[in-house]
Amino acid sequence: MEFLVASAIGILTAGGIYLVLRLRTFPVILGISLLTYAVNVFLFTSGRLTIAGAPILRDGVTHYADPLPQALVLTAIVISFGMTAVVVMIGLGAFLGSNDDHVDDQPETETADAEGRS
Amino acid sequence: MSHWIIAPIVLPALLAPFIVLAARYHIGIQRALSLAGVVALVVIATALALQASDGTITLYRLSDWAAPFGIVLVADALSTLMVLLTSVLALFVLLYAIGSGWDNRGRHFHALFQFQLMGIIGAFLTGDLFNLFVFFEVLLIASYGLMIHAGGNARMRAGVQYVLFNLIGSTLFLFALGAIYAETGTLNMADLAQRVALIGPEETVGIRVAAVLLLLVFAIKAALVPLHFWLPSSYAEAPAPVAALFAIMTKVGAYAIIRVYTLIFPPELAATQGLHDLWLLPAALVSVAIGMMGVLAAKKLDRLVAFSVIGSMGMVMVTLSLFTPEGIAAALYYIIHSTLAGAALFLIADLVRTGRGSLDLTAQPPVAGAALTAGFFFVGAIAMAGLPPLSGFLGKLLVLNASFSAPQAVWIWGVVLVSSLVSILGFARAGSILFWKAESMTLEGADPSGSVPRPLSYVAVGGLIGLLAAHTVFAGQMHGYTSKIAGQLFDPAPYMLKVLDTPGKLSQPKEGH
Repeated sequence: MEFLVASAIGILTAGGIYLVLRLRTFPVILGISLLTYAVNVFLFTSGRLTIAGAPILRDGVTHYADPLPQALVLTAIVISFGMTAVVVMIGLGAFLGSNDDHVDDQPETETADAEGRS
Repeated sequence: MSHWIIAPIVLPALLAPFIVLAARYHIGIQRALSLAGVVALVVIATALALQASDGTITLYRLSDWAAPFGIVLVADALSTLMVLLTSVLALFVLLYAIGSGWDNRGRHFHALFQFQLMGIIGAFLTGDLFNLFVFFEVLLIASYGLMIHAGGNARMRAGVQYVLFNLIGSTLFLFALGAIYAETGTLNMADLAQRVALIGPEETVGIRVAAVLLLLVFAIKAALVPLHFWLPSSYAEAPAPVAALFAIMTKVGAYAIIRVYTLIFPPELAATQGLHDLWLLPAALVSVAIGMMGVLAAKKLDRLVAFSVIGSMGMVMVTLSLFTPEGIAAALYYIIHSTLAGAALFLIADLVRTGRGSLDLTAQPPVAGAALTAGFFFVGAIAMAGLPPLSGFLGKLLVLNASFSAPQAVWIWGVVLVSSLVSILGFARAGSILFWKAESMTLEGADPSGSVPRPLSYVAVGGLIGLLAAHTVFAGQMHGYTSKIAGQLFDPAPYMLKVLDTPGKLSQPKEGH
């Protein structure tokens, strides 16, 4: 199980990084979504992988799952979901406004972006 | 009294939705509420700073859960100083936003402003790493809204870059937190400090990766080269008051580095050996150089200011990366100076834009209201470039003095001194093009395209400049205080004792948990 989960995180991260480096808003946003999935699974496993463990302390139970990473992962999911929605809206606004979905500054435009990359 | 610690977080958190719900169509009421909130914030922050100034560490446990189980807020001298700096900066920035009418060019400026303050202050006060992440996200979400306030294509495009870069930073932060939790089983800073020290020398791989990831995240926030690429576009395109408020956001990164790398991963820890002097210091020196070269090379005034912010953050990181008490004291003095000077310069750039119609560094007809604007620019440029008599000069002296006995002193002195010269040239060039060359063009009968800025704008900028002057006049007291803070940071035992040994719910956990 450890191998499966670890390789899933690795593949998601690799795919995410590849897409983030594509420099167009749509693939970059997809890449960031993949990265957040990877990090969610990673956070979930940071409390060790257990099967059928009780999350809440009770008398007579010795096999526990760590409940804290589950709370952390919930927070992370909510935040990353909201952030993705925000970036989709802003990206859409930028695309509709300037009819261009490049993430990086374009060298041929004279609008003051040339020295931002120095 | 300890309940007052959470007041600077709760106050903006309640005020912001109230502004949205009750006053969304009345800019006058929004302004009054927002201003009243920030004034109250300044009062509370001053009280907290006074309370912490004698070295007392105050603890606030949310829901009274004892430390490693619940979230704690900790007010020590460092965090209260940063909270005070934030609230005072916010007051003048808000005055400028109201005076210049920026807050009325789009909607919900004041609500987002309050949320931004909540995030920044929360990040300064929290004693829990995951909570730090949450407050980072709060301040980021608000800053996304503020960044694209008033719209426009260039601003939207810069906004996309800014949001994407920070989203990747947040993801990295979560990876770091997961790694830390997997290695230690806790996220409370004081508890972490104890457990990290217990890790044996042969098992440090995981925690070392986590420490480097965390440093990367904070370096993104602090715009350290080579992670600075988000800053020039977004700060230059953001509305001027927002850019001025963002001057404190890079310092959140610096604060987090100070806190985490004195408390959890102190310089003498074997697991993170070489992280400060081998990696952080060269990156900081390159930041200083790139920032000051950017000042000289910039073609627009707002870019020039953005690069000067990168350079001054580099200066902070240079002296931080020494991780000696003298270095931290100098860094804290310079952080206050660079926040005030950076914010003032962004506002002055907007004064120029109002008076002139554009920020291009080419000879154009005179700036409307040039006398005052030029005077302010002169003072601001002197402060940022580090010429006597203002606090930038004293700050640089402290930096040089703190690095005198370091083994890399030659490099530090060389880069700091040469880049200071470059930045003086850059500011002198910009100032003479903006204000002097314009005089020769009046004869050609060109009409100025701008209008004179409103008096309240000048009051706000003048206030920031006045604070800079006070920071210079009372430099002895300020440096004495920052030295005291540095002493407190290098003696973390009282901090840990306060956080971990104050009784609360679940103080005595059952055996076997």
